Amino acid sequence: MDKLLDVENVSISFIQYTRGLNQRDLKVITDLTLDISEGEILAVLGSSGSGKSLFAHAIFGILPENARLDGKIKFKGKELSQEDKEEIRGKNIVLVPQSVNFLDPLMKISDIAIGHCETEDEKKAMKIKQREIFEHYNLGPEVDDMYPFQLSGGMARRVLVSTALLADPDLVVADEPTPGLDEKTVQETLNHFKHMKEDGIGVLLITHDIHAALEVADRIGIFYSGYVIEIALKEDFSGDGENLLHPYTKSLYKALPANGFEVVKGYQPLHGEIIKGCPFYDRCDMRFDRCKKEKPELIDVGNNKKVRCFKYEEGA
Amino acid sequence: MELVAKNISFKYPSAKKYLLQDVNLELDNKKIIGLVGDSGSGKSTLCKILSGYVTKFQGEVIFDGKPLPKKGFKPVQLIYQHPEKVMNPKWRMKQVLEESWNVQDEDLTQFGIQKTWLTRFPQELSGGELQRFSVLRSLNPNTKFLIADEMTTMLDAITQAQILDTVLKIVKDRKMGFLLVSHDMDLVDTICDDKIYLKDINAAMK
Repeated sequence: MDKLLDVENVSISFIQYTRGLNQRDLKVITDLTLDISEGEILAVLGSSGSGKSLFAHAIFGILPENARLDGKIKFKGKELSQEDKEEIRGKNIVLVPQSVNFLDPLMKISDIAIGHCETEDEKKAMKIKQREIFEHYNLGPEVDDMYPFQLSGGMARRVLVSTALLADPDLVVADEPTPGLDEKTVQETLNHFKHMKEDGIGVLLITHDIHAALEVADRIGIFYSGYVIEIALKEDFSGDGENLLHPYTKSLYKALPANGFEVVKGYQPLHGEIIKGCPFYDRCDMRFDRCKKEKPELIDVGNNKKVRCFKYEEGA
Repeated sequence: MELVAKNISFKYPSAKKYLLQDVNLELDNKKIIGLVGDSGSGKSTLCKILSGYVTKFQGEVIFDGKPLPKKGFKPVQLIYQHPEKVMNPKWRMKQVLEESWNVQDEDLTQFGIQKTWLTRFPQELSGGELQRFSVLRSLNPNTKFLIADEMTTMLDAITQAQILDTVLKIVKDRKMGFLLVSHDMDLVDTICDDKIYLKDINAAMK
C-alpha cells in the first residue's frame, strides 16, 4: 500500500492581540504527525474545541489569514505548497464538511455538486455523472432541484458524501460526520466510509466520537492538548486496554461506560498554557522526573503504531 | 418529592401531527431514570416542558404537589448539550457562574474547575470545561431536580465520567431528582436505575 498523506510535525498558531498593540502567538496544534495509506481509514480522535477541524482546513489551504502553519504536509510523497493545495483540492483530496451549512444556501443541490464548468459539454457530462452517483446513494431526481435547507439530516449527509466522490478522489477528509444524527443515519454514514475504503480511497476521519472511530477506522490517532500522543490499531481497543500504550489512551478507554466508567482527575491543558514537559504530566501515574522537563517525541514502536511517551523509548 | 407529568400533549403551531401525545410520567428523587428514544421523538421537547421552559402545552406538570412556579427560580433545572449556547459571551466565567449562586471554593475543586479559568471568556475554554461550569451553575441550593439532556454527548469519555461522577454524588447528597436523556445505551445502563422509552409511552397513546 502506498502512502497517500504524510503529515509531519504540523503546528498551527494564531496571532492574537492581547492588550493594545501587544501580540501573542496562541498555539492550537503543537505537533501533529500521522500518515494514511490507500484504502485505509485513519481516525483522529480529540475532544471538541481541540483544533481538529483546523487541521482539516490546513490540508486544504483554507486556514484564516491570521493563522500560521508550520511543518510538512506531503501528498503522495510531495510536499504541498499553498498553490499545490489549491490545485489538488476538490480533485485528488476532497472534504466532507460538518454540515450543510457549508453549502451555498441559494444554489440548487445539483449545481452545488457539479460546481464550476468551463463549457456546456463539460457541464452535461458532469450532470450525468452526478445523477449516477446520487442514484447510487439513493438520492432521487427530485433532490437535484432542492435547496440545502430542504434536506433532512440523513439526506444532507448523503449529498455531502456523493458530492465529494464526484471528483474521483484519492483521499477523503471527513470533518465530524456523525453528530446530530440518529443511530440509523450514523450507521449509514459510517458505511459510506467503509465502501470508500473498499474502493481503495484513503479516508481521514476527524471526530470526537470514539464509537464511530472504533467502528470504521483501521488506526486511531489520539489527539491530546495539541499533540498526537498515540497512533493505535483499532484492535488495541479491546479487553482491558492492555495493548494501548499511552496512559491517556488507557484511561480514555477505561472511562467508557461499557469498560468500567473509571474517573481520572485533571483536565487537558488549554490552548495558550505553555507546558515545558509532557502535556500529560499532571495526570500521569507513571511519570518520572524527565517528563516534567522534556517533551517526549512521537516514537515509532513498529506495526504502524506510534506513541509519545518516554517509557517506550529504546533502553528505557 | 415527585415530578409528575399528566397527559402531556404538544405540537408545534405549524405542524399537523402531535409530537407528544398524552404522555404520562412519574419521576422522583429515589431512582435515577434514563430517558431514551429515537431522534425526533420529542425527548428534548418533553425536557423543556418538564423544566418549565415551554409553557404552551396541554396537560399538567406537577412538582412537589404544585404546578411549576411561573416566576422566580426554577426548581427543575435543565442542562443542554451545548454549554457555549447558554452563556453570555461577553461575560467572564466568574460572572456566568455567580449569576446563579455564590459558589464556594470547594465546589470549584469538586468539579475540577481551575481558579484561572474564572477570568476567561466562554470562547476561551473548551466544551468540556464549559460544561463543568454549566452544571455547577445549575446546582443552586434551590435546585431540586436536574434534567440532563445529552449533557455529555460532545465530551470525551474521561470528562464525561468526571462530570457525571460529581453530579451523581451531589444528587445523592442533596436528595435531588435526576433524569438523564441520552442515546448512549451503555451510559444509561451504567448510571440509571431504570429506563423509559419515549416511543413506548408516546406510541401507546397514538
